[in-house]
Amino acid sequence: MFDIIFWILALTALVAALGVVALRDVFRAALSMILLFLAVAGIYVTLYADFLAVVQVLIYVGAISVLIVIAVMLTQEVWRGNPPGKFRFLAFLVVVAFLLVLSWGMVGTKWLASDEMPKQPTVAGIGAGLFGEGGHLLAVEIAGILLVAAIIGAIALMREK
Amino acid sequence: MTVGLVHYLVLSGILFGVGLYGVLAKRNVIVILMCVEIMLNASNIALVAFSRYVVPALLTGQIFALFVIVVAAAEVAVGVAIVFTIYRKRHSVDINDFDLMKW
Repeated sequence: MFDIIFWILALTALVAALGVVALRDVFRAALSMILLFLAVAGIYVTLYADFLAVVQVLIYVGAISVLIVIAVMLTQEVWRGNPPGKFRFLAFLVVVAFLLVLSWGMVGTKWLASDEMPKQPTVAGIGAGLFGEGGHLLAVEIAGILLVAAIIGAIALMREK
Repeated sequence: MTVGLVHYLVLSGILFGVGLYGVLAKRNVIVILMCVEIMLNASNIALVAFSRYVVPALLTGQIFALFVIVVAAAEVAVGVAIVFTIYRKRHSVDINDFDLMKW
C-alpha cells in the first residue's frame, strides 16, 4: 500500500516536472509546477514529515506559486510560449552525464539506514531543534534578517523611479 | 523490492536533473525561475529522506529543509522583482536580452 502511494506520487512529480520544461504555454507550465509542489508535499507525508508537508503547501503552493503566476500574467502579452534555447542538446548531454554519475553514487553507496521508527508528530521536535537548548536559534535569526533584506530589496527594485 | 532510501534519492536526483535541464536550456526567465524552484524541491526531498531513514530520531534534515524553503522564498521574491525591473526597461523576458552586465 505504502509502495503504491510512493510510486503514484513519484510519477505525478516526475510528469509535472517534465510538464514545466516541455509545455509550450508558460501559464500551463506554472500550473504544472503547482501540481509538482503538491506531489512533493505528498512525498513529505510518506516520509513522516507532517509539519514540512503543511509548510510546503502553505509556502510553495500558497505563496511562491502566486508570485510566479503573477509574473507570468504580467509578462505574457509580449512573450507567448516556452521555447528552448540554442544549447538544448548540450544541456541535455550535461544533464544525462550528471544523472549517470549521481545515480551511480546513490545506488552504489551503502547507506547506514537506521531501523528506528521516526518521531511522530514532528512539530515538537522541530520546535525544540530550532529554539531549544543547543538548537539553531542563530540560524533562525539570520533567516529572519535574510527575509527582511529580500523584502526591502524587492520593494526597492519594484518602486517606480 | 520495498521502497527505501535509494528510491527517494533517485527520485530527487531525477527531479534535480529535469530542473537543471530547464535552467540550462530554456529562454523564458520566468520558466528558469520555476526550474530553480524544482531543483530546490528536489534537494529538499533528499534532505527529508536522509532525515527519515538515517537519523529518524533527530529531525536534522527536516530543520535544514525548512531553511531551504526560507531561502527559496527570498530568492523567488528578489528574482521576480529583478525580472520585472528588466522587463520594464527592455519589454522582454528572453534571457538573451538580459545582457546589461555583459561587456
